[in-house]
Amino acid sequence: MSEAAPRIETLHEAGRTLVRLAGRVTVADLPEIERAFARLGGPVAVDLAGVERMDTAGAHVLVRLRARLEAEGQALEIRGAPAAVESVIATVAAAEPAPERAAPARRGLVDRVADVGARMTGAGRFGAELLAMFGLILARLVRTIWRPRDFRMTALVHHCEAVGWQAVPIVALMAFLIGVVLAFQGATQLRQFGAEVFVVDLIAISILRELGVLLTSIIVAGRTASAFTAAIGSMKMREEIDAMRTLGLDPAVMLFVPRVLALLLMLPILAVVANAAGLVGGGVMAWVVLDISPPMFATRLVEGTGVANYVIGLVKAPFFALIIGVVGCHAGMRVGGNAESLGRQTSAAVVTAIFAVIVADAVFSVLFAEIGI
Amino acid sequence: MSEAIIRVRGLVTRFGSHVVHDRLDLDVARGEILGVVGGSGTGKSVLLRTIVGLNPARVGEIEVLGTPVPARTAAERARLEGNIGVMFQDGALFSSLTVRENVEVPLRRVAGLSARTRAELADLKISMAGLPYAAGDNYPSELSGGMRKRAGLARALALDPEVLFLDEPTAGLDPIGAAAFDRLIHGLTQSLGLTVFLVTHDLDTLHAVCDRVAVLAEKRVLVTGTMEEMLDVDHPWVRDYFHGPRARAARPDRG
Repeated sequence: MSEAAPRIETLHEAGRTLVRLAGRVTVADLPEIERAFARLGGPVAVDLAGVERMDTAGAHVLVRLRARLEAEGQALEIRGAPAAVESVIATVAAAEPAPERAAPARRGLVDRVADVGARMTGAGRFGAELLAMFGLILARLVRTIWRPRDFRMTALVHHCEAVGWQAVPIVALMAFLIGVVLAFQGATQLRQFGAEVFVVDLIAISILRELGVLLTSIIVAGRTASAFTAAIGSMKMREEIDAMRTLGLDPAVMLFVPRVLALLLMLPILAVVANAAGLVGGGVMAWVVLDISPPMFATRLVEGTGVANYVIGLVKAPFFALIIGVVGCHAGMRVGGNAESLGRQTSAAVVTAIFAVIVADAVFSVLFAEIGI
Repeated sequence: MSEAIIRVRGLVTRFGSHVVHDRLDLDVARGEILGVVGGSGTGKSVLLRTIVGLNPARVGEIEVLGTPVPARTAAERARLEGNIGVMFQDGALFSSLTVRENVEVPLRRVAGLSARTRAELADLKISMAGLPYAAGDNYPSELSGGMRKRAGLARALALDPEVLFLDEPTAGLDPIGAAAFDRLIHGLTQSLGLTVFLVTHDLDTLHAVCDRVAVLAEKRVLVTGTMEEMLDVDHPWVRDYFHGPRARAARPDRG
């Protein structure tokens, strides 16, 4: 603790260099000592008589200097070392690893092409795995209908609360604001044609048919797919899933089915909530900006918008729920042994779920257009 | 040898209404290896965590290397952090870094150290901890439990601390690995002049490594002394512990 900072003295005597080290030779003083040693060449003697404390880092520099000088055909004499210092040097010299670091391999054109191929097959395998997970969950869902004893009601209620009830505020607020934005933007555009009243149709059709369920699904994908992945992934990390298997419990029944079923039940309800909140938001804005009173809004809504729009919107909800649930559970099972892979899989689950929901929505749009509703 | 490197006086640790330590006193002298034993739940690991400053809320005084814990100023904290090394039970390696990068983490605090020297020192510590050179490139999840412990030891030794804290160093190792780890700790302590605070359940480790044993019971340090002295202590738990069938098997003279 009270050791003095290192003192380095370099003398030349009788054709060789004498270095006197004294004081403290520790890792904190290494840069200075390394600088002094870098200049040394030819036969060298190092006198350590004055060293009060030497740690392994200091000893390492000495051992490295000796190796360098010996490689140059010279010699290093270490003398006057106190017993403690000598033992540190001996320990370090014995432990010094043989460097065998391979140079990083150069990546050629073939490697890059192979990389592209590997990614393609990887993507294909990922899709196959998702499909397998989907099949597994469907099979287990059906089996629980035959054998309701296995079904975990408590887990289902718990997940329904987490997935549905706790998401109501954010979903309602989001849909309300979307309604406000639509009404405001629609009003400014439609006013140019004197067709302000059609703003009701604009709001109703876009929210009921598309935006209500789509944006709800995106929020749920962000909230719930990540939660599924994190929960299942951390159970996988701590070998809880393996423990379940050895106890004869099926992780698919215990973990996946309640979660996916909760989503299946809750997402349509959340979509209804979002539809209502969106219409309220649009109605309020139409009243404020365009003087369309709420009764007028309601009349126009009932007259101008077919109930088909509402049905088309809600029909998509269970499909989106399945997508989100399957992606979340699958990503959870892909988590490996460390915390980093948990984070990577969680963000991958959110991205995949949102992307898949939007793709499915596009497919539905085309489908409904083809059959003419 | 009588200079106390770790000094604990009147330590009271409480979790809610549960009192773990009640007016606990303990001294660890420079250069000694102290083994801390005690039944499950007697707060051995809690004591270790408190001494290294991870459980700050407490009554009593703790000094490590003459510096009060928790440190009051940034300078004191830096001095403490540079001079103590802690090996946690499962290594507590950073899972997103390779073993070499893990060992380099404490070395990054040293100003002016070149990247090459840092990597060399990390390799040296990895080798001193008894790991093969190639293990430096592995991630912790690719290592076995014993190798993770060794890597944790390498990281704890990175700055050549004066005091080393080991939490259950041999738990979960096979007997051969545990004996090798005992020898490693003993050898490193001898050659580097470390002071070691070691929490363990392993009677073989106590025999092979520890200069002195401290028994935690009844919320304090019940007794300290060498292994031979422990055999004469007249306290039911201590007697059961050091005279039990496992203790007899572990005794070097097969007594």
